[in-house]
Amino acid sequence: MDFDFTEEQSMLKDALDRLLANEYGFEKRNTYLKAPEGWSPAVWNHIAEMGLCALPFAEEDGGLGGGTEDIMIVMESLGRVLALEPYFATVVLGGGFVREGGNAAQRAELVPKIADGSLKLAFAHTERNARYDLSHVETTAKKDGDGYVLNGAKSLALGGDAADKIFVSARLSGGIRDVDGVAVFLVDADAPGVTGRGYRLQDGTHAAEVTLENVRVAAQALFGEAGKGHALIAKVTDQAIAALCAEAVGAMSALHDLTVEYLKTRKQFGVEIGKFQVLQHAAVDMFVATEQARSITMYATMMADSDDAGERSRAVSAAKAEVGRGARLVGENAIQLHGGVGMTMEFAAGHYFKRLTMIDILFGDSDHHLSKLAEMGGLFETAAA
Amino acid sequence: MDLRFTDDEIAFRDEVRQFFAENLPNDIHAKMLDGEYPDKDGLVAWTRILNSKGWAVPHWPEEHGGIGWGPMKQYIFLEELQKYPCPQPLAFGVNMVGPVIYTFGNEAQKKQFLPRIANLDDWWCQGFSEPGAGSDLASLKTRAVRDGDHYVVNGQKTWTTLAQYADWIFCLVRTDTQAKKQEGISFLLIDMNTPGIEVRPIVTIDGGREINEVFFTDVRVPVANLVGEENKGWDYAKFLLGNERTNIARIGVSKQKIARIRELAAKEMSRGRPLLEDPRFREKIASVEIELKALEMTQLRVVAADAKRGNTGKPDPASSILKIKGSQIQQATTHLLMEVMGPYAMPFQHDTGEGWNEPPVGPDYAAHAAPGYFNYRKVSIYGGSNEIQKNIIAKAVLGL
Ligand SMILES: Cc1cc2nc3c(=O)[nH]c(=O)nc-3n(C[C@H](O)[C@H](O)[C@H](O)COP(=O)(O)OP(=O)(O)OC[C@H]3O[C@@H](n4cnc5c(N)ncnc54)[C@H](O)[C@@H]3O)c2cc1C
Repeated sequence: MDFDFTEEQSMLKDALDRLLANEYGFEKRNTYLKAPEGWSPAVWNHIAEMGLCALPFAEEDGGLGGGTEDIMIVMESLGRVLALEPYFATVVLGGGFVREGGNAAQRAELVPKIADGSLKLAFAHTERNARYDLSHVETTAKKDGDGYVLNGAKSLALGGDAADKIFVSARLSGGIRDVDGVAVFLVDADAPGVTGRGYRLQDGTHAAEVTLENVRVAAQALFGEAGKGHALIAKVTDQAIAALCAEAVGAMSALHDLTVEYLKTRKQFGVEIGKFQVLQHAAVDMFVATEQARSITMYATMMADSDDAGERSRAVSAAKAEVGRGARLVGENAIQLHGGVGMTMEFAAGHYFKRLTMIDILFGDSDHHLSKLAEMGGLFETAAA
Repeated sequence: MDLRFTDDEIAFRDEVRQFFAENLPNDIHAKMLDGEYPDKDGLVAWTRILNSKGWAVPHWPEEHGGIGWGPMKQYIFLEELQKYPCPQPLAFGVNMVGPVIYTFGNEAQKKQFLPRIANLDDWWCQGFSEPGAGSDLASLKTRAVRDGDHYVVNGQKTWTTLAQYADWIFCLVRTDTQAKKQEGISFLLIDMNTPGIEVRPIVTIDGGREINEVFFTDVRVPVANLVGEENKGWDYAKFLLGNERTNIARIGVSKQKIARIRELAAKEMSRGRPLLEDPRFREKIASVEIELKALEMTQLRVVAADAKRGNTGKPDPASSILKIKGSQIQQATTHLLMEVMGPYAMPFQHDTGEGWNEPPVGPDYAAHAAPGYFNYRKVSIYGGSNEIQKNIIAKAVLGL
């Protein structure tokens, strides 16, 4: 095991952090938030120019051949500044389907456009009664000549308002919650029958409701094998969760830094409030939770492209559960330790707290993943008989 | 010892329930169920309904408009009010400045202000905290300098809840800069329409508009608006912060939240079944219920002791227990309610005046869940943070 970055990874991280130091900051971020798209096209272009959008794709497809560790590095840096650009939706999630489910022709068509930042993607999967159950798919796909016709209503597609193309899951056969019978299709956001309705989430990022009404897609719109979509979705979301955990770690550690800085400067009763031992201990608890989250995220990152689906899912659920718990502890304590200023939109702490709360919910909250892990038998093997 | 309610108390509870059911306007009830508060007009209307029944200030002495209910009845009334749920009359008036005025104010002040507080003719806000004076309230800097029949006030208050609606603000101001910090503070009543007052809103993390900064520039306040004696304001402030023992734990609010959590968890589906059937989720509800039941009994012990001894109006460390546990439970319920909504807690569809008038994303009851969770982080910060409450218990009860 080697926890050190390679030279390339260090360069990547330094360059990205330099970019974000220039382009982010409380005021600048607020202007991006207020823009109609809710992020900065200029920053997005810089991110693409740096090659980050090409990062996770194979070199022969036009990518940089980066691994899950590279994505972790990028996501952590984005998390530190609460970056708003649709990197997660486009490169991690959408890109995940292209990489894991796309055939050579599909990859050849899409990777260059993702890489240069011109194509934005989203994944529309969740439905009204699905909660966090990945196999719940009511949206239907009916074979129609060479292609398919899709009908259904999808919810909460991250970045769905900005996406040019949207991956959707639909059911070819089986009951609503069956693992078998699901397929993943890529549809144009402006195809006839596709309606999107965008809105903001609590943390200012954007999502969309996506309705599919007799949407006709060609055979080439299918990603992966018809009917075997669940395994593809499970793999891509596991990788996405690992990336999201890395984003949370970045946000937690930035929020912790902010809080410690506040403890050193805010004075009450004639002293810095950081002199009060109870606050010191709270800050230490935040620190421990952040480091635990970082460690389990590394574990999930390492396992995220494992071909052993069970092993991969257990690691990812463990990470999501731990990161969710830690994020809540760090977020709530940060507000408490800031006192009144923590409660306002005028200070960064609250923005971090809200993002961390959303990350806990995304793709299943802490409790969901705890149950899932418990059902899968936990993390450690029982002693050999 | 008989731990049951008496027949008289039960009959009283039923009477109160019936009154709320018959008199709370439907639109206000719907908002309250949804986790929202009524706007200014709504609260004024409701307060007047209560007041015409004589129930806006039941905890006040009879000579000032109260009803002479003992602590137990007051407690039952408040719990039923919160559980229904009805909006509570504006605390800054009926629980804070009202009691200060009838205890320490002069006759003219009692006559001028008390009936208008009970009827919510005057909307009051609380001007204690300043940017540099939060937990260490006594270090406040807003100055009041005597000039003939007036004080001239300069300085800044902050976190002032609902100051945007206020007709009056009660302020702690520094009138003596030489004395020990607690001994140079006075309690002033200031008309918000006086020239030199500026209110600037602060948006809270849930997107709400409930707090403000209030700036004072050469604001002339008649000396007649001083409560009690000059430089004794700290004593009145301690009285104000400490005399509320029945309300601080907000047991009824948490009971109502738990009922709401059960109701909505029966509607939300998880893996093909109602979430309420998920044993893990039920355990979490049960766990909060246990804490709440214990706190309710603690609360009733305090109320019963008050009933025996008569409310001394002195700060009681029991308030600190009620505040700490009560805030933790309220926060736990807001988190659980957010969990009920699953991913539908995420869309921001909170009406902040920017106007969310689109159809809901997901169920029509999810919009306030996450904002409620964010907003309730405040309850362990304001009114003496939980750290400060623990300091009080450590010192006053444990002798540490
Ligand atoms: C939503 C909201 C509404 C409010 N409404 C009003 C209002 O209407 N009127 C009004 O006057 N005020 C109001 N307040 C102000 C509130 O009373 C203060 O926020 C509170 O007193 C804490 O002060 P502070 O915010 O300056 O935090 P600080 O005092 O700076 O505290 C920061 C942190 O340090 C901790 N701390 C401070 N001293 C100690 C110590 N000795 N030992 C251990 N820990 C310590 C605190 O617990 C907190 O965690 C409101 C606040 C909020 C959040």
